[in-house]
Amino acid sequence: MSNAIEIQGITKKYGNLTALDNVTLSVPQGMMFGLIGPDGAGKTTLYRILTTLLSPDTGTATVAGLDTVKDYRLIRACIGYMPERFSLYPDLTVDENLHFFASLFGVRVEDNYDLIAPIFTQLAKFPNRRAGDLSGGMKQKLALGCALIHRPKVLLLDEPTTGVDAVSRSEFWDMLATLKKKGITILVSTSYMDEAQRCERIALIDKGRILDANTPEKLVDGLGKNLYNASAKEMYPLLGALRSLPDVKDCYTFGATLHIVTEDGFNPADTVRKLSQMGLTDVRIYPAKGDIEDLFIKLAGNEE
Amino acid sequence: MSIFISMIRKETLHLLRDFRTMTVVLIMPLVLLLLFGFAISTEVNNINVVAIVERHTDDTRQMLEKFRVNPYFTFQGIATFNEVEPMLRAGKTDAAVVLRYDGARLCHQIIVDASNTNTAQTATAYIENIINGNLEIPIITNTLYNPQLKSAYNFVPGIMGMIFILICAMMTSVSIVSEKETGTMDLLLVSPVRPRTIILGKIIPYFLLSCIILTLMLLLSYTTLGIPFSASVLNVIWVTVVYIILALSLGLFISTLASNQVTALLISGVLFMIPVIMLSGMMFPIENMPVILQWFSCIIPARWYISAMRTLMIQQLPVSYIIPEIVILGVMTVAALLLAIKKFNTKH
Repeated sequence: MSNAIEIQGITKKYGNLTALDNVTLSVPQGMMFGLIGPDGAGKTTLYRILTTLLSPDTGTATVAGLDTVKDYRLIRACIGYMPERFSLYPDLTVDENLHFFASLFGVRVEDNYDLIAPIFTQLAKFPNRRAGDLSGGMKQKLALGCALIHRPKVLLLDEPTTGVDAVSRSEFWDMLATLKKKGITILVSTSYMDEAQRCERIALIDKGRILDANTPEKLVDGLGKNLYNASAKEMYPLLGALRSLPDVKDCYTFGATLHIVTEDGFNPADTVRKLSQMGLTDVRIYPAKGDIEDLFIKLAGNEE
Repeated sequence: MSIFISMIRKETLHLLRDFRTMTVVLIMPLVLLLLFGFAISTEVNNINVVAIVERHTDDTRQMLEKFRVNPYFTFQGIATFNEVEPMLRAGKTDAAVVLRYDGARLCHQIIVDASNTNTAQTATAYIENIINGNLEIPIITNTLYNPQLKSAYNFVPGIMGMIFILICAMMTSVSIVSEKETGTMDLLLVSPVRPRTIILGKIIPYFLLSCIILTLMLLLSYTTLGIPFSASVLNVIWVTVVYIILALSLGLFISTLASNQVTALLISGVLFMIPVIMLSGMMFPIENMPVILQWFSCIIPARWYISAMRTLMIQQLPVSYIIPEIVILGVMTVAALLLAIKKFNTKH
């Protein structure tokens, strides 16, 4: 199976700031690939290189077998790009936006409507509403529709779900799964760790470097056993107390509880006792199943 | 539907949807023309004049009669020397004419309130004109091209020079920069559409809009403002079209420099508007400026355009009289366009 996206040793600097540092990554054909990292990790720069908006300082990248620098004109016809911000014309209607983007690629909306029909079920009810008046989730669907209208081989989505409510986010990912089934390669970036689980393969990126790339399961398996949940009535003092313990390597809030990363030989029962003596009540420490967020914190910590 | 047509259609929709901007853009030139043509006039009317007459003779009576009937003056009567100064100080009168006899010869003196130099100079000139009419050797003045010295004649070319820079440069640059801000420019650039198609698709709707404005302004100038109509209007139109293209290219160039709409507005406002008003000869004659500013005014396109418009519209001379202006405007247009396209391409 050939790779839809092949990135070889790409470095991009803005003045003194290294946005991408020797990034190498490949995305196989037809895969849903996640690019996970915090804001400022270099995700958008990578997208701008893949969409031929930027040239890398060093290294090469191919999309659908075409070089991003040499064959930039050919690439543009076979990628669908959805930038981080909502980037449609707010003063044009749903229909006008869709038809405009179709005409940019020289296609007719009717010819490719089957591809976007599942996305457009709701939007089709108000074709004359201005794009700016749509809700966040609807805007996102319209943007996805516009990015797909020319039937791209590779779909590049830069943080598509930022600022979208949880229900719409979930719907959006269902749609991506449908598109993947139609053979479209999808590279999607997100800073929401929970979304990473919905990708087939993910790459963790931070400060311009790829920390690790694998399936989400394998990456999480690598977390090992030394991860525990901790909770107490007094959460904030608990955080301080745990961080002061010698066999706790790291401790951070995780939803309603704390996650602690420990040295080998950490004894939960002893620690609970110790913490209770410090005046904390209702202390509980039990093994946790790590997820992408834990992994990310671990990897980003190692880097430093 | 071809890419080009749909680009233009999209841009037209933007314009039509932004109803307020459209109204301002279409109404503003007309309001400015009317304002400068009628309200803001450099003619001086209703100058209050008193006379101090030493000895009444037929000559002096005749002269005072002239002040009485002249529409530019309000003759307030005869005063004594001692009354005049307090009157001038209190602003009750603008000028005093002193008529006295040196032997048998009638002499005159004009005392004028020069707190507004412009009014004072004009008033003095008017008064001198009237008095000189009584001399034995009369001076005959022929005012060519604008015999009634109407302000509108002076301001129409100036307003046109200003409006097109304002609308074309400002609106094109803001519209392109706003696409950069919202990120839609990225979407256009990652599509297979060539940059030059994007540029043309942006420029042509504003070109058409400018042509509509030009039509409105010419209609108003030749009807309400009474600029003499002749075949030279064809030359006026094509020279203006060149100027519009130049202004659009400048707008495009600004859009490659500015990263947000406010910057674009400021650049087109400060860099173009102010020099156009101050240094193009629209308000203040270039010949009166310090030499450095005279040189500087040479790089202002409006200077050449306004000068060409005065020749064509007011003097009604054939094109052969404005060849230098046309050549300069042409060179500036080509240079601005090339620079803008080059900047636009290298940026992305």
